[in-house]
Amino acid sequence: MTETFYDLLRKQGITRRSFLKFCSLTATSLGLSSAGAAKIAHAMETKPRTPVIWLHGLECTCCSESFIRSAHPLAKDVVLSMLSLDYDDTLMAAAGHQAEAILTEIRQKYKGNYIVAVEGNPPLNEDGMYCIHGGRPFVEVLKETCADAKAVIAWGACASWGCVQAAKPNPTRATPVDKVISGKPIIKVPGCPPIAEVMTGVVTYMLTFDRIPELDRNGRPKMFYGQRIHDKCYRRPHFDAGQFVEAWDDDSARKGYCLYKMDCKGPTTYNACSTVRWNNGVSFPIQSGHGCIGCSEEGFWDKGGFYERVTDIKQFGVESNADKVGGTTAAVAGAAVAAHAAVSALKRAGAGKGTEKTEQGGK
Amino acid sequence: MSAVQQIDNDAETAAGRSVYVYEGPVRLWHWINALCILTLAVTGYLIASPLPTVAGEASANFLMGYIRFAHFSAAYVFAVAFLVRIYWAIAGNHHARQLFVLPVTDREWWRGLLHELRYYFFLARLPKKYLGHNPLAHFFMFLFVTVASVLMIFTGFALYGEGKGLGSWQDALFGWVIPFLGGSQATHSWHHLGMWGIVCFVIIHVYAAIREDILSRQSMISTMVSGYRMFRD
Repeated sequence: MTETFYDLLRKQGITRRSFLKFCSLTATSLGLSSAGAAKIAHAMETKPRTPVIWLHGLECTCCSESFIRSAHPLAKDVVLSMLSLDYDDTLMAAAGHQAEAILTEIRQKYKGNYIVAVEGNPPLNEDGMYCIHGGRPFVEVLKETCADAKAVIAWGACASWGCVQAAKPNPTRATPVDKVISGKPIIKVPGCPPIAEVMTGVVTYMLTFDRIPELDRNGRPKMFYGQRIHDKCYRRPHFDAGQFVEAWDDDSARKGYCLYKMDCKGPTTYNACSTVRWNNGVSFPIQSGHGCIGCSEEGFWDKGGFYERVTDIKQFGVESNADKVGGTTAAVAGAAVAAHAAVSALKRAGAGKGTEKTEQGGK
Repeated sequence: MSAVQQIDNDAETAAGRSVYVYEGPVRLWHWINALCILTLAVTGYLIASPLPTVAGEASANFLMGYIRFAHFSAAYVFAVAFLVRIYWAIAGNHHARQLFVLPVTDREWWRGLLHELRYYFFLARLPKKYLGHNPLAHFFMFLFVTVASVLMIFTGFALYGEGKGLGSWQDALFGWVIPFLGGSQATHSWHHLGMWGIVCFVIIHVYAAIREDILSRQSMISTMVSGYRMFRD
């Protein structure tokens, strides 16, 4: 049996007295009645920590790299005290058959009560042979593991949207998790990688409240992906004022003006970078003077260059976008109108001179 | 309703006759719409490709803010006017309905469209007379006024809802458009394309209206002011 929170706290040297104080404090801060404290204490004493299986498909492990750098809460606390990370082939010490045996064991022991966190995605071409996990196609392992899970977390752009391995022409047919797994709540935590605090925040929420966070219509937690980078950007006042960086080394760049004209994708990207920031809140791309590349958006590899806010329309040639196509069409329409007007005028003059039977006799 | 108003040999369209075609609300909508489109296209272009950087403190300037405000206000007027126009299509006379229905099953309409096309390519000498829009104009108006307005209102309010935030009525009503079109950036692209389509239409529409006024057999520009269509021959 997995330890309860209470067991774990006692192990870390926390007295029962302190534990009960903590429960009352939590109940108060949550606005519960005095009976609430007892309920919290009871839950923490009896509820086993939720086992988490962390699977790796086609990915680069940047999500794991990000996760282990979380500062609030520390990844250590999440991994060691809040959840019971029972399987993570990158982080765990066990290997080989022993490690794989854990997968089966958790599935049987905690049927319907464990969380599967997926980093990366399964490729479906060639029966999934582009990604082999313990001698089997990853897609099989994924389906099998998710079948008895309580919920599935899709870490990063890979698991959420497909990311670089799913970019056109997607030779391995890398497919995001929600297109493979059905019938389970799937929480998408996109980003390449997602912010560490966002990752641990999602996990903490799920464990504390025993429910999945509120999701937007794309399946992302609203609390972190409810707004665009642009909506919360500290350079937003410069956007509203009409103050833009026009070149990478100009005076405006030094003054920290808005990077909109450098094709920052902040206005079309949903993420928490501009509030949570990176590396313990030190900075984020825009703060260091570079536009957002929109890594948490669907298909961000296929939306034209990182320095183009208007998507390329491939049907119109290699480098064309809505504005180029539209501008050209408008110019052609204008020229055509001018030409048509000229021909009309000539025709009319000609007709007037020719027969007197002209019908168009505007005054 | 017969969408085809071709009445070449009707006494009603004899030379010198005038017929009341466009009722007050239709004419009012037309000019409000024209003004909105002008404002929306100019401010929209400036939002996508902003003016050169302004000097001074950010707190002392609000240029983009004002441009965006103008865009959003004009968009509200545009959308409300479009809704009222739809109402008038039901409440008004049958000419008011023409903009919203393409008589694609009417062979006569297709013949008229072909003829008008031939006329515009200088292959036919005489245009036909129409009380309402000629089939060619009808076709393009349906595409670039009715369909394009719907596209612009849906994509526009979806994008506006992004700023208004989750839970706003704009997001609740139009938020689905963004994932449907493949993301915020793709929605912007469609919104830009819609604008350029309407700009092209406006260029041709203004030209055709002036040209028809001079060369065709019925009045055009004055009709959109007075509501009466006059026939010349």
